[in-house]
Amino acid sequence: MRPVIPYVTAALLFGLGIYGVLRRRNAVLVLMAVELMLNAVNLILVTADTTAKAVLPHGGQVFALFVIVLAAAEIGVGLAIVLQLYRMRASVAVDEIPLTEPHTAEPVSATTSGRASPAAGSEPEGPR
Amino acid sequence: MTGVDALLLALGAVAVGSGVLVVATRHLVRAGLYLVVCLGAVAGMYLVLAAELVAWVQVLIYVGAVVVLLLFAVMLTRAPIGASDDLDRPGWPAALIGGGAGLGLAALLVDAYRWTTVELPEAGTAERLGEQVFSSWVLPFEVLSVLLLSALVGAIVLSRPDIGAPRPETTGAARPETTGAARPEAADGPAGDDAAGDRGRSR
Repeated sequence: MRPVIPYVTAALLFGLGIYGVLRRRNAVLVLMAVELMLNAVNLILVTADTTAKAVLPHGGQVFALFVIVLAAAEIGVGLAIVLQLYRMRASVAVDEIPLTEPHTAEPVSATTSGRASPAAGSEPEGPR
Repeated sequence: MTGVDALLLALGAVAVGSGVLVVATRHLVRAGLYLVVCLGAVAGMYLVLAAELVAWVQVLIYVGAVVVLLLFAVMLTRAPIGASDDLDRPGWPAALIGGGAGLGLAALLVDAYRWTTVELPEAGTAERLGEQVFSSWVLPFEVLSVLLLSALVGAIVLSRPDIGAPRPETTGAARPETTGAARPEAADGPAGDDAAGDRGRSR
């Protein structure tokens, strides 16, 4: 078994994950790219379990299991945040989220009429 | 080039190709389905690398649970059906950083391992991994269970707007001395904008 094949696969998957996180505007797609990066890390860990001789056997695979559990927790909390964001702003575009002064950039419909018309306050084009 | 290498190459090509489609496709739902292909190919690589338990846990949790959650999120955020043009930002910095990181890491690993061969170790079955988890790694295992519980509670609190929000009419006059003293920031929120204003200010 040549370990360079899964290692290079994992490196390319990690690069694709970084590209997706930086490129995508939709928050759900950003989470998918994060999953790609976590999978690359898992592949590195499992491959390192075959190449590196550790004191404890199968340490890499145990760490891969731990990372899978962490990814499950991350995706649960991340999707809760995404859904709350959609409820607040009727949009999940990550470049439309105001990082400072959240009250000045609130959609008008959310402050005047509650959340009766969630689609009215969303803008189709974000600030570039 | 043995059969194991050929299998790893084929599965790696499938994983990288479907990964490219995940980050490049214009259809939201198709991105999730390509993610299934990518994660399945990685699970196949785990099987070839003699990590049985990790492969099946990957199929169960990633392909089974995480992708279903992602597709639910796609549906709940009312994603458009069909191709949509506003999914991407301008891509030059992303391509530069992602390509640089990926190709740089790949060059580093190729330089480190060249074309050497290693023997596959004994298979990581559930028995061997369970022995390790419950003897050497039992403290991280328990910490991880606490983390899962806190993630569960956090997801519930985040997704329910009536937890932690001021109740405007029903209990606003009834319990100012119990909740108002503990959380003084709950008093100045606008009444109609209950959860949104509170969370937006604290984030």
